[in-house]
Amino acid sequence: MLWLLIAVPAIAALLAFALPWNWPRRALLVASAGLHAGLSAAALASPPQPLLNGWIALDAASLLFLAITSTVFLVTSFYAVGYLAREGRRDPEPSEDIPFVNFPEAVFTGCLLLFLAAMTLVVVSHHWGLMWVAVEGTTLASAPLIYFHRYPKSLEATWKYLVICSVGIALALLGNFFLAVAAKGAHLPLHLAIADLERHAGALDPLWLQAAFLLLLVGYGTKMGLAPLHTWLPDAHSEAPSIVSALLSGVLLNCAFLAILRGHSLLVKAGLGKFSQDLLVLFGLVSMVVAAVFIIRQADYKRLLAYSSIEHMGILALGVGIGGVAGFGSMLHAVNHSFTKAMLFLAAGNTLAFFHTKSTAEARGTLRVLPVTGVLWIAGLLAITGSPPFGTFLSEFTVLKGIVDGGHVLTGVCYLAALGAVFVGMSAVVLPIVYGTPAAEQSAVTASQGPATEAWWSVAPPLVLGTGVLLLGLYLPAGLSDLLKQAAIAVGAQ
Amino acid sequence: MSNWLDAVLVLLMLTSLWLLGSSRLQACIRAVALQGALLGLIPLLSKWPDISLRLGAVAVVSMVIKAVVLPALLRRAVREVNVRNEVEPLVGFTTSLLLGIALWGIATHIAGRLPVDVPGLSPLLVPVAIFTVLCGFLLIVSRNTAVMQVIGYLGLENGIYVFGWAFAIEEPLLVEMGVLLDVFVAVFVMGITIHHLSREFDSIETDELASLKD
Repeated sequence: MLWLLIAVPAIAALLAFALPWNWPRRALLVASAGLHAGLSAAALASPPQPLLNGWIALDAASLLFLAITSTVFLVTSFYAVGYLAREGRRDPEPSEDIPFVNFPEAVFTGCLLLFLAAMTLVVVSHHWGLMWVAVEGTTLASAPLIYFHRYPKSLEATWKYLVICSVGIALALLGNFFLAVAAKGAHLPLHLAIADLERHAGALDPLWLQAAFLLLLVGYGTKMGLAPLHTWLPDAHSEAPSIVSALLSGVLLNCAFLAILRGHSLLVKAGLGKFSQDLLVLFGLVSMVVAAVFIIRQADYKRLLAYSSIEHMGILALGVGIGGVAGFGSMLHAVNHSFTKAMLFLAAGNTLAFFHTKSTAEARGTLRVLPVTGVLWIAGLLAITGSPPFGTFLSEFTVLKGIVDGGHVLTGVCYLAALGAVFVGMSAVVLPIVYGTPAAEQSAVTASQGPATEAWWSVAPPLVLGTGVLLLGLYLPAGLSDLLKQAAIAVGAQ
Repeated sequence: MSNWLDAVLVLLMLTSLWLLGSSRLQACIRAVALQGALLGLIPLLSKWPDISLRLGAVAVVSMVIKAVVLPALLRRAVREVNVRNEVEPLVGFTTSLLLGIALWGIATHIAGRLPVDVPGLSPLLVPVAIFTVLCGFLLIVSRNTAVMQVIGYLGLENGIYVFGWAFAIEEPLLVEMGVLLDVFVAVFVMGITIHHLSREFDSIETDELASLKD
């Protein structure tokens, strides 16, 4: 059962590499995403037995992040089919306005599925070494995805992504070894199994443990996009195809976050919770402030969304660092952010396909030329800035409540100031995209032919995600609430 | 065997300095291959003579990958692209060497502060591991060509491995193989990217990669 979760996308990936026909391959993508989602749902209903001495297991945190991964991937896979069909119809020869040839579709689909397999392995692994292998695997599987449009800028982004993330994750490997030394100092015959280490947390050497957490935080924090280690993130997110950006932001960053949470949980159990909490709060606040600075007057709407992801990763880290009810808020926010950001990136993809520019100055008036995408933008703006009635309001408010309950006045002030700055900054950039006056030529086309028809595949997936965030704001099912609570407890954030 | 182990560690340290001071790509690839070979000797020497089959196998596989396969991949990347030696690094070679000596000071300082409670462990091990990691870092941030950055990444990875071997961390075989596979694929993917870089930009100097910024 657990094997299948990883095996289904992995085998489908191999098939995708081998299949010479486009349409069966696209069907395969959706089918395996659907199967993966079905398996995840089954796992949620009745958690399966652990495998490999408990190295692969599902606790509440794994289940939560698995559910996010599976849902977002399934929804975006429908978008991917339409996207690939449209890209496939392009002139295969490089021409004046399309000076590049896309990456082969087989490689793209295969890497997409490998990416899913690697992310699944990250969330289910309960062994530090195995988790490291999986996280590095996500980097390697997603690098070719960023380079789908083979133009120089995406190449530059791919190179930065590869080098910065690989180096970051190498530090996390050193962190793993430090963990092992902490265990050795306690004369425990331990492997790096998470459950074993947590059971004997009290006997671990505190100094090595703190050093290990620092390395893990820096290493996986690079991947998660915590400032100041975030430098790869805006480049990769802005140059990758929008569907890949949606997956990077909506799913991959969460996986790295989970890896950090495992470290935090170990420190809490070892009685060093204060150390990791302070670090998480610090990194969280710095990320929020840095993101706010770059969001204001941002001239590229995909970079805008990327910086917004950095801000939200900051909120996640901050919530866990504060603990208590904020830990619960952080878990809820992970769900909300994934859905909202994936939806926004897909809307950005529609906008980019129509306007052929990522410049916020030139892509204006989507509401008039692309009505549904315009609505998606405005709903996404409200959701991502944490306005009621969206779920993000609830989760950001819960984090704030945790801060106030804990009496962290200064942190609360910084948190609110950053949120306020982001709200103003994002509105100033996004509102013209929605309500502005389209450039003359687009206006003329719209005036004569009416608004462009938007294919169902390009608007239905983001609409589904947006509806999800809206519903989460109106009603939090008891089952989900329980899962979030248990997840927060499992990672030591409660 | 501790004398031999110390000799290997000193050699490792020297190869790191060699990497810092050399401008020739071929020489650097040779240095990093030598590092990979020395790395494979560490577990064998520190456990000698009771070497389990598993330990021997991991040591041999790691030696083959780090000393033969990865350098071969790098050489191929260098051959295929219009490659130049590192002419104008951000930090000059003499300065790099001086910085290297400073890094050695930092490494011994850090190692001195971390308590090591393992009998029979060479006192050189932890400082050499940290030093190798720091040198890898310095190479990545101070060199302009993509190939040198990959060499720096390998140096960093080697330093981490010294650490892992030092404590003979009993990672399961599966994980060790996974780590090696990841490193292999990473260098492979980086090699392909270098190939594309050279075609797009007509050079592999990463300071030309500066169009994405805020």
